[in-house]
Amino acid sequence: MDNTTRYQRLLERYRNGDLDRRSFLGLIGAAGLAYGVQTPFARYARAQEVSQVRFDGWGGIVSEAFREHAFGPYTAATGIEVVDGTFGGGDEYLARVRTSQPGEFNIAHLSGVFDYARYHNLGLSVELNEDNIPNLGLVIPALSDAFRSISGGPLSCVPYDYGTTGIAYNRAYISDEEAQEQGANLLINAAYEGKIGGWNDWRTRIWYGALQTGQDPNNIEDIEAVWNAVREHRDLALRYWTSGAELMSLLAEEEIYVTEGWSGRIYALQEQGHDIGYIDPPNGFGWQECLFVIAGSPMEACEELLNFMLEPETSIAVAEGQNYPPALDPTQVDLGDKIPTLPAFDPTGTLDGLTFAVPDYWNGNEQDWSETFSRVARGY
Amino acid sequence: MSIEAREARQPWILLSPSLTAITLLLFVPLLFILVYSFWLRTAVGDVEPAFSLENWRDAVTDPFYRDILLNTLKIAAITTVVCALMGYPAAYFIARARGNKAFLLLLLMLPFWISYIIRTMSWIYILGTSGALNTTLLWLGLIDEPIQMLYNETTVILGLVHFLLPFMVLNVYVSLEGIDRTLEDAAGSLGATKWQSFLQVVLPLSLPGLAAGSLLCFVLGAGTYITPAVLGGPRDAMFANLVFEAIITQLNWPLGATLSLLLLAVLGTLVMVYNHFLGLGQLMKGLS
Repeated sequence: MDNTTRYQRLLERYRNGDLDRRSFLGLIGAAGLAYGVQTPFARYARAQEVSQVRFDGWGGIVSEAFREHAFGPYTAATGIEVVDGTFGGGDEYLARVRTSQPGEFNIAHLSGVFDYARYHNLGLSVELNEDNIPNLGLVIPALSDAFRSISGGPLSCVPYDYGTTGIAYNRAYISDEEAQEQGANLLINAAYEGKIGGWNDWRTRIWYGALQTGQDPNNIEDIEAVWNAVREHRDLALRYWTSGAELMSLLAEEEIYVTEGWSGRIYALQEQGHDIGYIDPPNGFGWQECLFVIAGSPMEACEELLNFMLEPETSIAVAEGQNYPPALDPTQVDLGDKIPTLPAFDPTGTLDGLTFAVPDYWNGNEQDWSETFSRVARGY
Repeated sequence: MSIEAREARQPWILLSPSLTAITLLLFVPLLFILVYSFWLRTAVGDVEPAFSLENWRDAVTDPFYRDILLNTLKIAAITTVVCALMGYPAAYFIARARGNKAFLLLLLMLPFWISYIIRTMSWIYILGTSGALNTTLLWLGLIDEPIQMLYNETTVILGLVHFLLPFMVLNVYVSLEGIDRTLEDAAGSLGATKWQSFLQVVLPLSLPGLAAGSLLCFVLGAGTYITPAVLGGPRDAMFANLVFEAIITQLNWPLGATLSLLLLAVLGTLVMVYNHFLGLGQLMKGLS
């Protein structure tokens, strides 16, 4: 964005009443000072010249695909460099963003609608100009709609991929028939005590607790019954895993025989030759990931990068790398041979077969449930 | 300016970079944490400036925090005792070794060249069901199926001992090195056996080193976060893990600040008790 446009927007906000007179004059004055005087503050002004955009993701094969198919062509077309960062988890990344200066972090590959809602509620969202992202038209509408419902219409992200957290089991010890028959209750089967795992995530533990007690995860009526199911699982579990790599290691090394797991990671294990089964029980946990633009970012540069990242060639390469179906609508885009074989893939593009968490419901209970889970996990 | 006045100012001039760094990097952040501890978490996870004692009341009166704190102190104490029992003989051996002390000390320092996280994770490949130990026992025919050794309190203590043992050995070693060897000869010439000489001369004189090592091991052990996160089971959390969860998972920075200050206060009190009875001089000697 050039300076004239920036000042015009400031003026517009002032005229609309979004800025008071003192703030408006202060911002104009600060910008003038920053540009006119070569002080250490001038670098903040220069940052808006957009010579680079920062992207943060999960690293590994996903980042490699982004670098090859999106960042390189984007830099060649725009001259804007993409600074490629990684994070270990969404919670840790949010802490980094909250302690940063506006504009320091620009685009992040976030998990689920939970994070979208958290970022939005913390005032970290933006309003994307969708006209600048024509490839957004190729995305499954149901995925975009979930985000729109949180931010009241406009988007602060583009949906990118989706998957499920289903039940993974070692076929050497648990048959497909037993897994199908028991469903979520396989995770609290005392016959596998000490060989059960679970994700150290309060939402997943409560979701499966709801399934184990015959309740709708998006409308839990007896939360105490759910906590008791979480306790039962805790007492049978060997370990709460904390990352996809640890999940794969625990299953591959046969430390555990059954756990809930991320569909893409389990598919990767199967590709490596491990005899691991995977089922999504009724009302299994569906989720989606998005590319979120953080408040304070250079909007046009970010929107253009998002469009590059949504190019079918890039989306398909990333999807094949991480084994999660892309957000692209399969009725509009030919997704190749591998993607239709991935778990959770919906060929209809409606996603009617997956159950997603209702963000208002879950985020409304976040404080209470996350704190209670911390206690329950420690034996309370 | 007189020579005396200049000499009086000189230490402060030399100390000023360190004092500035400590003030800016330790005391000022601590002050921020203290302020945060009186603030509140909003419904969406933001912080709300206030002056509320709610976090402190919860941290001090809630039995959940008290139990985890006591469990943390228990694990740190067990770790310290194991480190002392294992570290003293090792330190004695190095101190009494002839000719190859530098090499032995180098071996002692070698683990510090590897990341603490990597060292902790290495136990997964040693104690796992398909790890080195189980594989060896199976190969030797001593067991029929792998033993479940990982992800419990014992492995947490094992990981902590692995991390802290060098600190204990170094402290005791420094203390043993400072003992005049002729005292042992004198004890021998007065009819004491080697064992009596050790018990009545060497051990009492090396106790300050042992105490300094114990204090270091205890404080570092009680503040650890990584080891229970990597080697513990669902229930095996220490106090620092609660701080992490409050700040990162629950977005409750005010409560996290309160819990971290509480842990600091408990450990600070222990250091003060130590200083009252033994003085921190020995600790500094061990660290130098």
